[in-house]
Amino acid sequence: MADIRLRSIEKMYGETAALCGIDLDIRDGEFLTLVGPSGCGKSTLLRIIAGLEEQTRGEVEIDGKSVNKIRASKRDLAMVFQSYALYPHLTVWQNMITPLRLRDLSSLERMPFIGRFVPGQRDKVKSLHTLAGETAHTLKLEQLLHRKPGQLSGGQRQRVALGRAMVRKPRAFLMDEPLSNLDAALRVHMRAELAELHRNLKTTFIYVTHDQAEALTMSDRIAIMIDGEIIQLGTPDEIYKNPRDRRVAEFVGSPKINILSGDVDESGNVSIMGNHTGIRIRKRIKKVHLGIRPEHFRLVNGNGATDSWPFHVTYKENLGSDFYLHGHLNGSKNRIITRAAPDEVGRITIGETVKVRARQGKPMVFCDNDCRIDVMQEAGYGSA
Amino acid sequence: MIGHATSFSEYMKHIVLIFGSLIVILPFYVMVSYSLKSPHEIATNSGGFIGAQQPMVDEYCVKLGNPPEECMQKPLVYNYTQAFKKAPLLRYLVNGLVVTASIFFIQALIAVPCAYALAKLRFWGRDFVFSMVMFCLLIPVHTIALPIYIMLAKVSLTNTYAALIIPWTISVLGIFLMRQFFMTVPDDLIDAARMDGMNEFSIIWRVMLPTAIPALLAFAIISVVAHWNDYFWPRVVITGDRSLYTPPLGLREFKGDADGSIWGPMMATATVIVTPLIAAFLLAQKRFVEGITMTGMK
Repeated sequence: MADIRLRSIEKMYGETAALCGIDLDIRDGEFLTLVGPSGCGKSTLLRIIAGLEEQTRGEVEIDGKSVNKIRASKRDLAMVFQSYALYPHLTVWQNMITPLRLRDLSSLERMPFIGRFVPGQRDKVKSLHTLAGETAHTLKLEQLLHRKPGQLSGGQRQRVALGRAMVRKPRAFLMDEPLSNLDAALRVHMRAELAELHRNLKTTFIYVTHDQAEALTMSDRIAIMIDGEIIQLGTPDEIYKNPRDRRVAEFVGSPKINILSGDVDESGNVSIMGNHTGIRIRKRIKKVHLGIRPEHFRLVNGNGATDSWPFHVTYKENLGSDFYLHGHLNGSKNRIITRAAPDEVGRITIGETVKVRARQGKPMVFCDNDCRIDVMQEAGYGSA
Repeated sequence: MIGHATSFSEYMKHIVLIFGSLIVILPFYVMVSYSLKSPHEIATNSGGFIGAQQPMVDEYCVKLGNPPEECMQKPLVYNYTQAFKKAPLLRYLVNGLVVTASIFFIQALIAVPCAYALAKLRFWGRDFVFSMVMFCLLIPVHTIALPIYIMLAKVSLTNTYAALIIPWTISVLGIFLMRQFFMTVPDDLIDAARMDGMNEFSIIWRVMLPTAIPALLAFAIISVVAHWNDYFWPRVVITGDRSLYTPPLGLREFKGDADGSIWGPMMATATVIVTPLIAAFLLAQKRFVEGITMTGMK
């Protein structure tokens, strides 16, 4: 149990900055996800929290105490690695009991043969075995205890890696893309299991991933990192519905949000390719970018509607429950994707031009520098 | 057609390999065969592989004043008992064992941590140190034998076990081999061990070493074979004390009096000397090949 506080963490590799001034408060018992494209510094940040790497500047505090000078092994944190990093020469059981032995037994007590004669060692070992046994039971590893990691499947190794982290009941779990090596079905399954594990353990989880779906499904809060900075921190809902930056909007959501460039007239009305959008902004700028998620488009019947755009369909993607229509708005080169229900799509053929419009209140406006611009009013536009 | 061609080239390969192995085996064949035969059979080159095993007269026994009837022995028995009697072969074997085992043990003790540091720790000058290791690989032993001998003599260590062991304890080949192997161990494994609470020395001995057993075994065979068979260095530093002779030096006991009667016992000694190595290799063969493949030495 721990709250972890990062104070203006900076990390330089030579002249290049990997992290530039990260401030982050991680609350006790929280599931916080660091998410971002590869190379954004999220793993580096996690390794700095773990103590495996040293920050160039800044402070890491655990439970109010600075741990800058404390070694990784003394921080009482546990880490799960993408490659699982199990000891290949030890069985599952030995893998799980090793961290406990290192924590609870003195080096004399750990000695083969001699250790047995240290008074009290036997009881300690017994309690370690109980602890490891409980963890093995929770993770349903009992059948595998005598196998070596090489004889396990990816999912089983993942479980053992979790087990090895859990036995110590650490103050916080650090996870570095733990699901990336699993196949898609298992990944979805493990997502639910991890979230449940977090609910039961009530321990702080810091989870690093590049997969926005993992971030959205499991976390209490998400920190979006791009180029060594946290751009936005918030609940999954906030991040998805109200991104404060164009890069956040583009990173979260699958398929990606559609970005259309729009013009602003003197009174602040935004139009796209001459069509009014009904959106007004207060900011006095000429150019804006409109972000519209695929599910916020609506297919429109008929050709007359003035608030809709002609949409040239180039590809139909069938996901069973939904269809994604790929194409471009007439006159623009930007490829856009819209979501539609199967019964709407049935009659549309590839190469056809249909009409679409954005649902009211959904489009987000961004400035040239990726900042979000608040919409002043939206009137007389759409009715969805 | 293709199948035919393949099997033909397979035949050719095997013929070449068999021919090569015959060349390698032939001296061994002669050695074992001579160790079984009587001097007469060796001189006349008769008797096939094991000889007729006709009882022969042990002339030394007769010289001691025994009647010839009591000195009759089979050549095989004669050769091997002479090997152990004429020179204290058992003592030499124990010396060889002590020396090679100590050398390898200390080499591993030094090479494994060095290799770990060179492969996995980041410190100033690491690349330079490693290039020095590579440079040392190029120095032939014989060029530095004299300075080392003088140094040992100055501290009066010649004619001791220490003289046989100390010059070999730092093996750059060992450091290099283990370093190459450790490079292939994922960093995550080391980080995981650190998170589990291990210090760097625990990581070396409890995580790195167990994963590196095949590589270490390969190095063990290279090291043990080299020092078990070494004639040069023991010859240099063991000048008087025969009780410190290693097995190859033991063969010198038979030098000089090559009147023919000595070949049998001499070859018997040679057979006894190489047997432990061959036995060890056969036992560890599978892992040895594994290790060589893994360190990319193949």
